Amino acid sequence: MYVAVKGGERAIANAHAWLEEARRGDPALPRIAPEQIAGQLTLAVDRVMAEGSCCDRELAAIAIAQARGDLIEAAFLLRAYRTTLPRFGYSRPLETAAMRLIRRVSATYKDLPGGQILGPTFDYTHRLLDLAAAAGDPPPAPRAPADPAAAPRVTELLAREGLMAREEASDAEPPDLTRQPLPIPAPRPARLQNLARGDEGFLLALGYSTQRGYGNSHPFVGELRIGWASVEVETPEFPFPVDIGEIPLAECQMVNQFHGSAGAPPQFTRGYGLSFGHGERRAMAMALVDRALRADEYGEERAAPAQQEEFVLLHSDNVEATGFVEHLKLPHYVDFQSELENLRAIRALKEAAE
Amino acid sequence: MSAPLLSAEGLTLRFGRVPALLGVSLDLFPGEVLAIVGESGSGKTTLLRVLSGQAAPQEGRVLYRGQDIAAMGEAALRRLLRSEWGYVHQNPRDGLRMSVSAGGNVGERLMAAGVRHYGRIRAAAREWLARVEIDPARMDDLPGTFSGGMQQRLQIARTLVTHPALVFMDEPTGGLDVSVQARLLDLIRGLVADLGLSVLLVTHDIAAARLLAGRILVMRRGEVVEQGLTERVLEDPQHPYTQLLVSSVLAA
Amino acid sequence: MSGVPGFSYAYLDEGTKRMLRRTLLKAVAIPGYQVPFGAREMPLPYGWGTGGIQVTAAIIGPSDVLKVIDQGSDDTTNAVSIRRFFRRVAGVATTERTTEATIIQTRHRIPETPLREGQILVYQVPMPEPLFRLEPRLAETRRLHALADYGLMQVRLYEDIVRHGAIATAYNHPVMVDGRYLMSPSPIPAFDNPKMHRMPALQLFGAGREKRIYAVPPYTDVVSLDFEDHPFRPIRAPHACALCGAADSYLDEVLTDDSGGRIFVCSDTDYCATRQAARQAAE
Repeated sequence: MYVAVKGGERAIANAHAWLEEARRGDPALPRIAPEQIAGQLTLAVDRVMAEGSCCDRELAAIAIAQARGDLIEAAFLLRAYRTTLPRFGYSRPLETAAMRLIRRVSATYKDLPGGQILGPTFDYTHRLLDLAAAAGDPPPAPRAPADPAAAPRVTELLAREGLMAREEASDAEPPDLTRQPLPIPAPRPARLQNLARGDEGFLLALGYSTQRGYGNSHPFVGELRIGWASVEVETPEFPFPVDIGEIPLAECQMVNQFHGSAGAPPQFTRGYGLSFGHGERRAMAMALVDRALRADEYGEERAAPAQQEEFVLLHSDNVEATGFVEHLKLPHYVDFQSELENLRAIRALKEAAE
Repeated sequence: MSAPLLSAEGLTLRFGRVPALLGVSLDLFPGEVLAIVGESGSGKTTLLRVLSGQAAPQEGRVLYRGQDIAAMGEAALRRLLRSEWGYVHQNPRDGLRMSVSAGGNVGERLMAAGVRHYGRIRAAAREWLARVEIDPARMDDLPGTFSGGMQQRLQIARTLVTHPALVFMDEPTGGLDVSVQARLLDLIRGLVADLGLSVLLVTHDIAAARLLAGRILVMRRGEVVEQGLTERVLEDPQHPYTQLLVSSVLAA
Repeated sequence: MSGVPGFSYAYLDEGTKRMLRRTLLKAVAIPGYQVPFGAREMPLPYGWGTGGIQVTAAIIGPSDVLKVIDQGSDDTTNAVSIRRFFRRVAGVATTERTTEATIIQTRHRIPETPLREGQILVYQVPMPEPLFRLEPRLAETRRLHALADYGLMQVRLYEDIVRHGAIATAYNHPVMVDGRYLMSPSPIPAFDNPKMHRMPALQLFGAGREKRIYAVPPYTDVVSLDFEDHPFRPIRAPHACALCGAADSYLDEVLTDDSGGRIFVCSDTDYCATRQAARQAAE
């Protein structure tokens, strides 16, 4: 006699116990503390903060440990937590021109006011796997403090000459994608929010495609800034904005050629990338994609994948993407049964006809 | 003479500083074929798009049966486009669904109009394929398996199945071999006469205009430089540009 | 009210629940119309019922009795997981009996036992847009709905008959709601479509990842697309249930060995168990 499978509840509990054990790993080795992850796997933490859209190193580190190092799972954990938190309000726009810089690079000028700062970069390292790693601590590195006041934005220098399209300032309240569905067609603030927490691999591939002829772009890194920016909030208690602390940011402004149209003179245009943490690859890729998505604004044909607004914005979110791809694991046997019966019926029809 | 089916008054549209249409006015009367001729870049296709409500003019207006199409709203305009109007594209691929069978292509407008009887849709498709000289046995084949001339005839069948009152045709014989063109023009002429269609025909082909149209309107750089009965315009062109167009055909 | 300390009742904060209820009211007022809403990240992945869970969380109260099914069964892993979630965060009573439930959250099935007034059926919806395979651009599908321009969907069914001799959608077969909006019934088998028509219970649909909610109020017309001469056919395996003998229920095919042995059993486990119990009681 057939008896239907039962015991889903117990199977789930057992699977979770096994997961717990696998997560812990070899009990003879010490458990990794979230502080170690936050302090040493800093770029992993940065990525999880950006894609989890929550700027909190400790929470991101806990999420990474809980996710066994799966950064998409970690971003998901962080988002699911963040969505339950109360909202106190919105900060004032960040003043990234006044960032406390640890790295600042421009590819468009050899030298510029404020100078170039390489900072803690992988650039120019030889990628030799360091088999003798962790032998002692390095000595403190020499560093020159940067003066934010002396480092104006490169794009601002171009804009003053009229060579760079200025962005229209707006007091309009930007949409909040963590509370509202994405509006289609999406205004640029919504696009930027979407990209800022988009999957780094997806942004990278799309940005890369614009360099390879899929989308007519000729980008230069106008400026890449990495450091910390102050967050200011306005409160009813004080007549002035209150500085509530600093957050780590990576900002990239890509400068692109533009040949002018009926309505606009030839000038440079920009793509913008901004990210929580110091993920400069993410900020650069985002800037390329942002520029590609501005095709309509500059009267360009929207032909390449990176220029297709709906395609880009509706597939950038890795928490959504991973959920839907992975849901294919769930049982689908009811639908499959219907397909099966349908196929049998159609074949019978065909056979009867022959 | 009866009231015009479609009228345009002072249509102007500029792309940047380039004028695509400059103060274009015209009337199309029921049962009439009006050809809009001119070389490429003269604004003919833009005019057709504005007349069919697919682009908005910056100045002027388009009246269909006396009603301003800009005031109709998108829903009413779309309804017109899939029932009383038809649009035949130069490239049949723009007017056909390439992943849908020939019969499905012909039946789509019927289904959009609410016909829900498979057998009757098939019968109508079969009849229309025969009318445009496509073997009804090929009804279930995809348009991609058809020749260019057949695809264009299929597009015409798909457009005419709902018996539209007004058909916009954009270079319907463009891109086809000369022998195929002649056959297609003959077919269109027959259908227009049988169905009493009103047609706005955009073409750079003076011979096509001569064969199909009762009146001709000559465009150059967004302006109408001359219009009149086909015979008159072709036999006795007044404007130097028309003279040039006509003589270049005669010379060829 | 009970729940989990540190979290709101039914997990979502009150502001979010209010937003969801407003969305639901609009959805009920415009049957079949997809209302956009600010879907939240839930502690379950997108695509695993987050839309249904948010709808349930917005309407559930301490006096409710919740039933959760996946593939018709109360005991499939995802159904177990969601039921446990609500027991934990809302402290509600749960049941496996269709007749006892006030709210039934479902994935891919409608129970065999007819639902009654006062019950609410909450569907988990992976892809709310019925036209998405024909037109992936949301801006364009929105226009097609606004203009009720559904000829293209009918063309697809026409092509099915051309190629296969019959309409070939076995599940997620599109329906017209109240004669106005084309709607995805979610991936339920075509067999279940007729149950939606004039159902006395309220039907709510939540798509979390796509951020859309829609609804069918009680006693609303829900008509499966078809042709007059090729009417819609609900499909089921032509067998009786091996356990309860039902000849009118939707059946799962179960392979019993690797040499072609198979039996068919009810997909609705409650329906099947109730019938078996009644038979035993009668014997």
